[in-house]
Amino acid sequence: MKALSQKRRHPLAAIALLLMGLLITGGLYAVATTMNQAKASTTTASASDVEEGGKLFAANCATCHGMGASGSKDGPSLVGVGAAAVDFQVGTGRMPMQMNGPQAMKKPVQFNEQQTSQLAAYVASLGAGPAIPADDLTNGGGDAAAGGELFRTNCAMCHNAAAAGGALTRGKFAPALADVTGKHIYEAMVTGPQNMPVFNDANITPEGKKNIITFLKQIESSGSPGGADLGSLGPVAEGLFVWVAGLGVIIAFTIWLTSRTS
Amino acid sequence: MSAASTAEPAFVAKTKTGRITDFVDSRVGGSGILREFGRKVFPDHWSFMFGEVALYSFVILLLSGTFLTFFFDPSMAETHYSGSYVPLKGVEMSVAYSSSLNISFDVRGGLFMRQVHHWAALLFVASVAVHMLRVFFTGAFRRPREMNWVVGCVLLILAMAAGFTGYSLPDDLLSGNGLRIIDGVIKSIPVIGTFISFFLFGGEFPGSAIISRLYMLHILLVPALILLMIVMHLFMVVVHKHTQYPGPGRNDNNVVGYPLGPVYAAKAGGFFFIVFGVIALMAAFFTINPIWNYGPYDPSPVSAGTQPDWYIGFVDGALRLMPGTLGNWHVEQIFFGHVFTFNVLLPALVPAGILFTVMFTYPWIERWVTKDDREHHVLDRPRNAPTRTAIGMAGFVWYCVMWAAAGSDLIATHFGVSLNDVTYWLRALFFVGPIIAFIVTKRVALALQRKDREIALHGRETGRIVRLPHGEFIEVHAPLDEYKRYKLVGFESPQVQPAVPNEHGVVTSKEKRRAFLSRWFFEDRVAPATPAELEAAHGHGHDAVEAAEGTKSLTH
Repeated sequence: MKALSQKRRHPLAAIALLLMGLLITGGLYAVATTMNQAKASTTTASASDVEEGGKLFAANCATCHGMGASGSKDGPSLVGVGAAAVDFQVGTGRMPMQMNGPQAMKKPVQFNEQQTSQLAAYVASLGAGPAIPADDLTNGGGDAAAGGELFRTNCAMCHNAAAAGGALTRGKFAPALADVTGKHIYEAMVTGPQNMPVFNDANITPEGKKNIITFLKQIESSGSPGGADLGSLGPVAEGLFVWVAGLGVIIAFTIWLTSRTS
Repeated sequence: MSAASTAEPAFVAKTKTGRITDFVDSRVGGSGILREFGRKVFPDHWSFMFGEVALYSFVILLLSGTFLTFFFDPSMAETHYSGSYVPLKGVEMSVAYSSSLNISFDVRGGLFMRQVHHWAALLFVASVAVHMLRVFFTGAFRRPREMNWVVGCVLLILAMAAGFTGYSLPDDLLSGNGLRIIDGVIKSIPVIGTFISFFLFGGEFPGSAIISRLYMLHILLVPALILLMIVMHLFMVVVHKHTQYPGPGRNDNNVVGYPLGPVYAAKAGGFFFIVFGVIALMAAFFTINPIWNYGPYDPSPVSAGTQPDWYIGFVDGALRLMPGTLGNWHVEQIFFGHVFTFNVLLPALVPAGILFTVMFTYPWIERWVTKDDREHHVLDRPRNAPTRTAIGMAGFVWYCVMWAAAGSDLIATHFGVSLNDVTYWLRALFFVGPIIAFIVTKRVALALQRKDREIALHGRETGRIVRLPHGEFIEVHAPLDEYKRYKLVGFESPQVQPAVPNEHGVVTSKEKRRAFLSRWFFEDRVAPATPAELEAAHGHGHDAVEAAEGTKSLTH
């Protein structure tokens, strides 16, 4: 310690400190970013899958994403987005995109499962990224209550506490989550499609993601205990309903009650 | 009753029931009250029944609310949920939220009663609002009913207060977000805001006192005040008698309708059960406030689609419409080292303040402008008071713009438009909407009046074309019968009251303002057809045709 305090005014001390700081930051960053990729590309894709995927990609995706998925002014580079991103975007029909807009819309899926996995294999081969999650993480079976807490803290501000979706700025929106498969929910969390932030494994652990999926499946399957849910949209739907249906029926009765006179 | 003191034998009823009834009546005087009230005449019209709907909803609120108090625990103490709703098992929450969940899932009939209570609350405020719109647009607030209008306005505010305090009780995420907004509004009040907030919440938001405080307000103070106001309101209805729509034989000195007893009372009693039935059906088949979806309140999460119940919506909408900056100028300002959050304070208080001030004072404004201090028991058809109707519509549209803004996110997602665009349009409508509404409404009302006048003078178009002997084609107009014609000509049409000097011979500036407003109100009025005009219109040419058609001529 004495040596350290003596040398602290050395001309190179500042540079040494700076170097140390940079090394620590860089090292931590490297650890943090690879944490998410710990399970990257564990699924084994055969060379033929990659080759077929490459052909599909050149025919269907390269117009915007560029040859070799290196990106163009119409679409981002896909190097390093991982198989999960492809499986989500193509598997939900968002890609290939029908038209440019505030965000890619869900639509009927354009490729069959085999083609989707080939595309995923091809994109995964370009650079390490999140892989398609294992079934045991996406089939539920976790702790719904814990998942609910995570959901309310991390997801409800855009997707609504009842997962009914919500508006974002300039025509963008967070979709409703009913009828979305556990796999796609998981992939969305790890890849952050459209305007969604990435929830990597350091942010929400795989176990936490599993719990969130369990929670979503639980509220989806338990239905609405109080009767028709009016879209789970909250007080606006309820107010609309009471004004139109409630008051409407009552006005019909008042007209009936007074129809015999005056 | 007087028989007892005289030599005449006292009246003795023949049956046991009769004797009991007589015993009670001779002590309570019920038959006298019944005789008086039973003969009270009420005019019949569907639009007169919204007050009743409000009253009945309130009764239903008292009944269902009492049930809920048996099981609700307004404590903010922490607990872990152990009821039967799986997705929340073991989650840390307040006792209030836990007991609300227990009412929903573990108390028999509890969820139904909760939904009855909440639907009834929405219907209560809605029927109060519609009732007030009816009163305003038909001019029922004029003398002698100005005070009753004020009581009604107070009832509206109390209804909103009752609703809001109830909305916050379950301590779920949605209601907590709502409370947080209220807390923000309170804190935006300059100088004293923070102190009021700390006083209200017993410390920093959310504290551990607010639920039990709101509970006391919700189940004790506010309902008691509402009850008091309802008693005053109904008492004044009895004193003033009910208004009636214009019609043959109806004037300011009579009431044409049915006596309360027995038919009207039976109808009204039956109507209570209809309202109860409608609410019960809604509660049975449609979810309201699914608190289990929202989870326990915790200041960190905020859900998308967080809105207040509809009656507070216009304040929330105004908050959503308010920009934080105007150009480069920040609405939030720092003076003397204190932050003045005008971007919260202005939208939260100013529109509501303007609406309620105009609402409370309108009877006096109109009275001052028209110099009309007579009693009015016959209502105006809205078209026959074009300026008032236009003012009402302007206010209504203004309210609706703010109301719609509270659902701006849902408008954006459900109509596939940009949230920003929705906000820009509503901001424009906030200023332009009332003006357009005023102009359009006034023009429509005047046009309808002219059409009425035309029909009164020349009869209804029959669509039959007749060729006269000299070759001219005319359309035959069928004259109206007297009853229908009365409706078109028998209305009051106030005229411009020019400024008059006071006793000193001076036309005060206040009088000039009044005269200006009077001109603004009535300068383009459409006068009702006078008997002379009707006579003249009738003698002008197609008598021959009408005689040939065998229709009777108009007489007075």
